[in-house]
Amino acid sequence: MPPDVQAASSVRVASGPAAARLRGKDLLGIAELTPAEIRLVLDTAEAMKEIAARPIKKVPALRGKTVINLFFEPSTRTRTSFEVAEKRLSADTLNIAASTSSVVKGETLADTALNLEAMSPDLMVVRHASSGACHFLSRICRAGIINAGDGMHEHPTQALLDAFTIREHKKRLEGLKIAIVGDLLHSRVLRSNVLLLTKLGAEVWVSGPPTLIPPGIARLGVRATTSVDEAVEGADVIMMLRIQLERMQGGYFPSLREYFTVFGMTRERVRRAKRDVIIMHPGPMNRGVEIASDVADGPDSVILEQVSNGVAVRMAVLYLLAGGGEHEAAA
Amino acid sequence: MPVLMDAERVSRALTRMAHEIVERNRDLRDLALVGIRTRGVPLAARLRANLREITGQDLPVGALDITLYRDDLMRQAVAPQPLVRRTEIPFSIDDRKILLVDDVLYTGRTVRAGLDALIDFGRPKAIQLVVLVDRGHRELPIKADYVGKNVPTSARESIRVRLQETDGQDLVLIEKEDEPT
Amino acid sequence: MKRLLRGARVVDPANGVDGRFEVLIDRDRVARVAPEVPAAERSGADVLDLKPDWVVCPGFIDMHVHLREPGEEHKETIATGAGAAVAGGFTAVACMPNTDPVNDNASVTKFIVERAAGAAARVYPIGAVTKRSAGEQLAEIADLRAAGCVALSDDGRPVANALILRRALEYARMFDMPVIDHCEDPALKGEGVAHEGFVAAVLGLRGIPAAAEDVMVYRDIVLAELTGGRVHIAHLSTRGALRAVRDARARGVRVTCEVTPHHFTLTDEQLNGPLSYDTNLKMNPPLREAADRDALVAGLADGTVDAIATDHAPHHYDDKHVEFDRAPFGIVGLETAVSLALDRLVRPGLISMARLVELLSLNPARILRVPGGSLEAGAPADLTVLAPDVTTVVDPARFRSRSRNTPFGGWTLQGTVAATIVAGRLAFVNEEVAGLAAGR
Repeated sequence: MPPDVQAASSVRVASGPAAARLRGKDLLGIAELTPAEIRLVLDTAEAMKEIAARPIKKVPALRGKTVINLFFEPSTRTRTSFEVAEKRLSADTLNIAASTSSVVKGETLADTALNLEAMSPDLMVVRHASSGACHFLSRICRAGIINAGDGMHEHPTQALLDAFTIREHKKRLEGLKIAIVGDLLHSRVLRSNVLLLTKLGAEVWVSGPPTLIPPGIARLGVRATTSVDEAVEGADVIMMLRIQLERMQGGYFPSLREYFTVFGMTRERVRRAKRDVIIMHPGPMNRGVEIASDVADGPDSVILEQVSNGVAVRMAVLYLLAGGGEHEAAA
Repeated sequence: MPVLMDAERVSRALTRMAHEIVERNRDLRDLALVGIRTRGVPLAARLRANLREITGQDLPVGALDITLYRDDLMRQAVAPQPLVRRTEIPFSIDDRKILLVDDVLYTGRTVRAGLDALIDFGRPKAIQLVVLVDRGHRELPIKADYVGKNVPTSARESIRVRLQETDGQDLVLIEKEDEPT
Repeated sequence: MKRLLRGARVVDPANGVDGRFEVLIDRDRVARVAPEVPAAERSGADVLDLKPDWVVCPGFIDMHVHLREPGEEHKETIATGAGAAVAGGFTAVACMPNTDPVNDNASVTKFIVERAAGAAARVYPIGAVTKRSAGEQLAEIADLRAAGCVALSDDGRPVANALILRRALEYARMFDMPVIDHCEDPALKGEGVAHEGFVAAVLGLRGIPAAAEDVMVYRDIVLAELTGGRVHIAHLSTRGALRAVRDARARGVRVTCEVTPHHFTLTDEQLNGPLSYDTNLKMNPPLREAADRDALVAGLADGTVDAIATDHAPHHYDDKHVEFDRAPFGIVGLETAVSLALDRLVRPGLISMARLVELLSLNPARILRVPGGSLEAGAPADLTVLAPDVTTVVDPARFRSRSRNTPFGGWTLQGTVAATIVAGRLAFVNEEVAGLAAGR
């Protein structure tokens, strides 16, 4: 698909107040959040971050609440991050990994979720390989659903922690030039980040092989280009996306070697960005494929900070959604 | 709304409490101030300034957000979560005497939450409570060590504290339930 | 047994009829259509007084339905599907062979014909092009024909191998049978589940590009030209495919095509609506962009599109109550087609009533070479009586189909079926439409 390289119609949203609360019982995606709600999460995460520095890394805020981590796709990083966040808020956590559960016996998604819900969890953190799986569950479950990644659709907590990290370094999001590079088509991290960053007024450029640029992406208010050099020119933030090695099967690009030459983030490319650029990656990294090691480990890299910020941001989300009593029953 | 304390009286109360603190604590070296957000924080800063004037010593001061320790979280149907702010205690509280500072002492639940939070931070030698106004109606066995003014109130009244740093002026007001603000 | 229908407008484009006429039925045949049937002829007839704003047409024929029997009777049976058909105003349906077992041999065809014997509507079986519809070896076409098949299709799948389609078109020419192709290039389709476009990109759904359909339509047109056979494009959904058909017809190629009601009504925008990822919006070919939908409507009006066919695809609730990727493709359509056509095409003046009858009756009859499609004396007494001014609300709970997988639940549409007559019998009377007087 040829990329749409046309003037972006990005809506500049002035920095504004944070919301008082999150609407609804779920966090299904950035699409459903207003800029004010996003700011609320980021502001709350700031307060949560300090807890990690204490000798006793625990507060009683979610004491007695039950949170189930229902992961149908393998994940160490995200699941652990949620688990640490839940425990720091004193919640009781359960981890269900699909491969060891009744899903193998052929139980449907709906039945799996409803059976767990019969045990009255307050929140369920769900990761699934199908886009829209969390929307489906939110309609049939009373518990609040937190989307930890649904197919190629959204990964909202990742975008929130990315925004938090950027805000920590740059003090704002509005007006920053942010370049996102990689497998755009299959990336839920991309979709969530594009939605969030444009909502908060950043200038977003996306870049990758033409075979991996989603149709009509410019309609989301971003500039799309197959030239990584153009995308990172003068950028404040460079965000690298993972190339899944299986992509080569689909004929999207001929080889990893060629991918790295044309699209890989090297020191030379980084020099085109601003002096104080920060380099980000949601992990796990394919060193030498999308990012060179000296960039990943270099002074501009904030990759490890993203991980620690992830816990604070997830604590904020859990805290904001767990409040209050019974929610309206799902339809 | 009737004025209980104007700027001058607030200032005198803080000066007097600072002297009381000095009187009661022989050794100031292991003292530290921690203000409970929000208005306890500027009050703690002013006490610190007063104490420095009196003794020449500079005490460490911190800010404590007790939102996550409240006992009324999660108990209200469909209410927004209260906003959480940062806690900043840039020193170790182990083996220190902590002066916990708040503007109004009422049911005692805020102070209880503050005690729980402090104890998660370390093991202080002692904790003393400093409040600008004590309005009675304790629901927990909590007592202030230093009080700016005792104000007997009824449950239908509320105390409104305004401070220069947060509200632009120093004023303590008492508001009756049916009075317009 | 004679029956006289009078008082309504009769629209029969094959015979140039559009106006107030009386229709006399004798047993299972049309005996007479005249402004006033002479008393001698109509003596002893049961008189059905119809409302003046109703329309009597030759019975509608849905040339693309899935009846699921044999093999998936929990979704639909021939009996329940035929019941749904007459409730939807159809006097006949042609059923696709992707049953279990596939209708690729005479014994399955005979089974279907037997089961259909007592059914409310006529059922014309469509036989498979290849054995098991696997696309490798031609099925025994002559046998299928002799047993009652009216057309050939591997629907559900394309005939992917061009050589096989060529041979099928050449061979079927012997029997003047059309080959109905589900046009889709399997490689371009990949694992797609929705139309490749902005909506799928935003929702993170793998896309099926319009090109996957267009490429095969072009191919089929070339092969039709080469062989002189008749190819019929099933459920055409893209503006590119439509253009290809239009150009080919101008050159005289024997290609025909059908469009479903959901494709002339809905677009992929619905997927991102209030009920996002609704599996009742998942079908193949997928809902396309507005430009495609608008092109199809234009094609329905200008004659490029020959027929409206529903691709009625019943699925059990459990099958559809899953995450989007896993849901099977398809929605039911027999009981909403006529209302959608009346409300979305006729009422806004995009097509005339006569054109509607061509699309739903005359052309399907001609393409399948089956009786019907017109109301002259001697024609089968298959009639559809429409009430174009009656408003109806779609209520899936009252469907006669065994399945309820439709996105149109709750829709208010203007225009509905008043009655359906098959072989002279009153197969369906719509109780919600007041005023069907006289005996049955």
